[in-house]
Amino acid sequence: MSLSRYKEALYKPLIDENPITLQILGICSALAVTNNLTVTLVMCVALTSVCSFSNLFISLIRNHIPSSIRIIVQMTIIASLVIVVDELLKAYDYETSKKLSVFVGLIITNCIVMGRAEAFAMKEKPLLSFFDGLGNGLGYSVILIGVAAIRELFGAGTLMGYELLPLVSNGGWYMANNLLLLPPSSFIIIGLFIWAIRSYKPAQVEEDDFALSKHSTNEDLTKRELNV
Amino acid sequence: MNDSIIKTLGVAFTICLICSFVVSSTAVSLRDMQNENKANDKRMKILQAAGIFDSNKDIKEQFETLEPKYIDFNSGKLLTGSLLDEFLAQHKGDYDQIAATRNSNYSKSLSTAEDIAIIKNRENVGKFYLLRNEDNSINKVILPVRGYGLWGTLFGYISIENDFNTVAGLEFYEHKETPGLGAEVDNPKWKSLWPGKQLYKNNEVALEVIKGKVPEGDMNLAYKVDGLSGATITSRGVTNMIKYWFSDSGYANLFSELDYES
Repeated sequence: MSLSRYKEALYKPLIDENPITLQILGICSALAVTNNLTVTLVMCVALTSVCSFSNLFISLIRNHIPSSIRIIVQMTIIASLVIVVDELLKAYDYETSKKLSVFVGLIITNCIVMGRAEAFAMKEKPLLSFFDGLGNGLGYSVILIGVAAIRELFGAGTLMGYELLPLVSNGGWYMANNLLLLPPSSFIIIGLFIWAIRSYKPAQVEEDDFALSKHSTNEDLTKRELNV
Repeated sequence: MNDSIIKTLGVAFTICLICSFVVSSTAVSLRDMQNENKANDKRMKILQAAGIFDSNKDIKEQFETLEPKYIDFNSGKLLTGSLLDEFLAQHKGDYDQIAATRNSNYSKSLSTAEDIAIIKNRENVGKFYLLRNEDNSINKVILPVRGYGLWGTLFGYISIENDFNTVAGLEFYEHKETPGLGAEVDNPKWKSLWPGKQLYKNNEVALEVIKGKVPEGDMNLAYKVDGLSGATITSRGVTNMIKYWFSDSGYANLFSELDYES
């Protein structure tokens, strides 16, 4: 196995095959945990570690997993890892774990983790799978951190709790945009990211599922009716 | 063969065994730290309810400034003297009143008529805190309260000014309400509505969370708190909680006693 495959597994999911902007996976947590950069960073570390280690362990036993129960086996491994991460958070970073509440537990159902396990780790060697999981976790993190930075900076005037844009309510000059603190704003920001990335890399633009027919005018319709 | 029944069962069993071992050993080894975090979180909420929390200082140290006191709910009186010594010896200075509600020796099962806050079992002894001024007079009293909301019991602390009528702060440290609706009891904006509200009107508990917004210029402004929109049942639960804990079966009798002391 050449080194380039590892590099590819690690770097490709960052922009070229980003799980959020290209595959549109993992949107749920991207909306929910991005109103504060600190919380987002913890979530990114949690997801990246779960994704890479679940890929590693699933790949290690891939040749022994009976195909009839493979999804359940994958889920069991992913769920155990998520519980371990959740317990660690509760012990070492209680404040953030309270803010993340159910969203750490919901990593179990994150499509990125499940998708990489099923599509990659079931076929490839352990170390390569580990790097693929790491890459996809980082791809998810890049987008989340971007969204969180925009939302926190313009929604609350702070970054990681440090005030950068002094708010009018605190005697400064910046009028906070409250929409950015609400989950729907991440839809808009992620949409803009997708637009930017696809303009930069037109290869990512999906082909239309069907071609639109030409506009028909009233005149055309009457002609057709007359013909019948 | 990977797909034979023996292999399938074998793999399933082994995976379950390994995973459960990993999960349970993490949970057990981290339990002490998690409990400590939880206890600190509760201490922080008590300090916040009292309005003296300073995030730059050690929580435990700040917590030491509060004076723990015990109330006997059966009589509504302060637990003092030999009774208090006996009680402390029994619990080795580590009394958990929520745990006490699960033990019929230390608690009383409430009848439906009494139990307006739906707490089911009421502990015999409650632990609350006093914040004293420098001249040793009472500044605030911080009381544990709880009541059933929509999905579960809300546990919190409410602090009262030394007129024993004015609310100084309210904090919940545990609840299971819906995020975005009932869980807005944790919203700082809503919590900031509480300080200054009055508990009693003509010796009756009058403070309540109403439905909707309190109209400006309302005669009973001091006895009404804005409801949480989309969380009528949680709001009602909070009202019942206040009604129960500040009635005679709660802290009402304690106040006259503390008043005498200060």
